[in-house]
Amino acid sequence: MNPKKQFTEGLITNNPVLVQQIGMCATMAITTTLFNGVGMGLSVLIILTCCNVVISLIRKIIPGEIRLAIFVVVIATFVTIVDLLLQAYVPALSEALGVFIPLIVVNCIIIGRAEAFCQKMPVGACFLDGIFQGFGYTVVLIIMCVVRELLGAGRFGGGLIDVSNGFRFTLDGTGAGIQIFPESYGASILSLPFGGFLTLGVLIAVMQYALKKSELKKAALAEQAKAEEEKEEDE
Amino acid sequence: MLSSIIEISLGAILINNFIFSQFLGCCPFLGCSNKVDTAFGMGLAVVFVMGLASAICWVINEYILVALGLEFLQTLAFILVIAALVQFVEMFLKKSVPSLYSALGIYLPLITTNCAVLGVVLLNVQNKYNFIESLVYGITGGIGFLLAIVLFASVRERVEFADYPECFHGFAICLVSAALVALAFMGFSGMAIPV
Repeated sequence: MNPKKQFTEGLITNNPVLVQQIGMCATMAITTTLFNGVGMGLSVLIILTCCNVVISLIRKIIPGEIRLAIFVVVIATFVTIVDLLLQAYVPALSEALGVFIPLIVVNCIIIGRAEAFCQKMPVGACFLDGIFQGFGYTVVLIIMCVVRELLGAGRFGGGLIDVSNGFRFTLDGTGAGIQIFPESYGASILSLPFGGFLTLGVLIAVMQYALKKSELKKAALAEQAKAEEEKEEDE
Repeated sequence: MLSSIIEISLGAILINNFIFSQFLGCCPFLGCSNKVDTAFGMGLAVVFVMGLASAICWVINEYILVALGLEFLQTLAFILVIAALVQFVEMFLKKSVPSLYSALGIYLPLITTNCAVLGVVLLNVQNKYNFIESLVYGITGGIGFLLAIVLFASVRERVEFADYPECFHGFAICLVSAALVALAFMGFSGMAIPV
C-alpha cells in the first residue's frame, strides 16, 4: 500500500460518499453552508484518523465475535471528545450541526473503515487511510455546500467568510459569505431537504460517468498499445 | 397533555418526517427499499426498536446518567443500550415469535447502525420530553419512517423499469426520486402549528 495510491483511493476511486456510498445522512443534512460542511468534514476526519489508529493498535487482541461492540465503544469515545471540544471552543458549529455530531457514532464510514481496513493493516497505513478517507469526505461535503449555497442563495462561503470589513475568515460562524448574485434570484428549494437528495444524486451520477469514461479511455489506450506491439512484432 | 401528544405525533409522522426532512435513517432507507415487502418488514422492525429504545434510554438517562451527573456519557451509553437492545429483541423474537423473527430476518441487526434510532433518543433528551412524550415520539417517528420507506419502495419498483441515463444507475436515480418524494412531503410543512 503506497501513500499515493491511498490518496487517490480516498479522494476519487474509493471515495466514501460517491463510490462506497456510505455515510450519506449527514452529507445531505448539514451541507447548507460552507461553515457547516467544513466543520463536519474536519470533525469526521479527526475522529476517523484517531479511531483507525487505535483500532489498528488493538487489532490483534480483539476477539472476533465482539469486535463490532469494541469498535463502537472506541468510536463513541472519540465522538464524545470531539463533541465536547466543539461545544467548548466552537459553540456556533456545535449548535448548527446539532444532533449530527453525536450521530457520527453510527456513521457507516468509520465503522466501515474499521471493519474493512484497520482490522488487517499496520498503524501507519491506517493513519494515512483515516486522513485520506476523511479528506475525500470533506471534499464531497464542500462541493455539496458550494453547489447548494450558490444555486440556492447566490452566496459563497456562508458562515466562514466575511467581506464586509475586508476579506477575513470567521471561525465563529458569523460571516455572511460573498454574495455572488441577489438572493432572490436563487432557487431557495436547494437549501431545503429536496436539494440535499437532488444534489447528492446528481453528484454520484457525475462521478459514475467520469469513472466509466476514464475506464473506457484506459481500456482504449491499452488496446492501442497492444495493437502497436503486435504491429512491431509483425514488422 | 393530549394536545402535546397529537402535536408530537403529527410532527414526527408528516411535518418533520425523519427521512424527508431530518435525513435520519437514510442508509437503510436507500438500502432496503427495493421491494415493498422488505421495506414493510424493515419499517416494522424500526417502529418496534425506536419505541423500545426511547422508553429504555429515557429511564437510563433520567435515573442513572442525570442522577449521577454523567451526562457526558450519553452518546456512549445510548449506543450500547441500543446495540444490546437489538441483540436482546433478536433473541426474544427467535425464541417466542419465530414467524416475526423470520419475517424481519437480517434487518434486525442492521437497526443498530440506523441513525434514526440513536437520533430519536438524542432528540428526546434535547427536546426535554417526559417519559410519555419520549415514547410517543419514538413510536410515531418509527411510523413516519415506515410510511416513508413503503411509499418510496413503491416508487422505486416503477423507477426500475424507467428509461434514464446510464450514469444514473443505482443510488443516483434513487436519490433523485427520493428528492421528488421529499418535495411532496414538503407540502405537509403547511400543517405545522405556528409557535
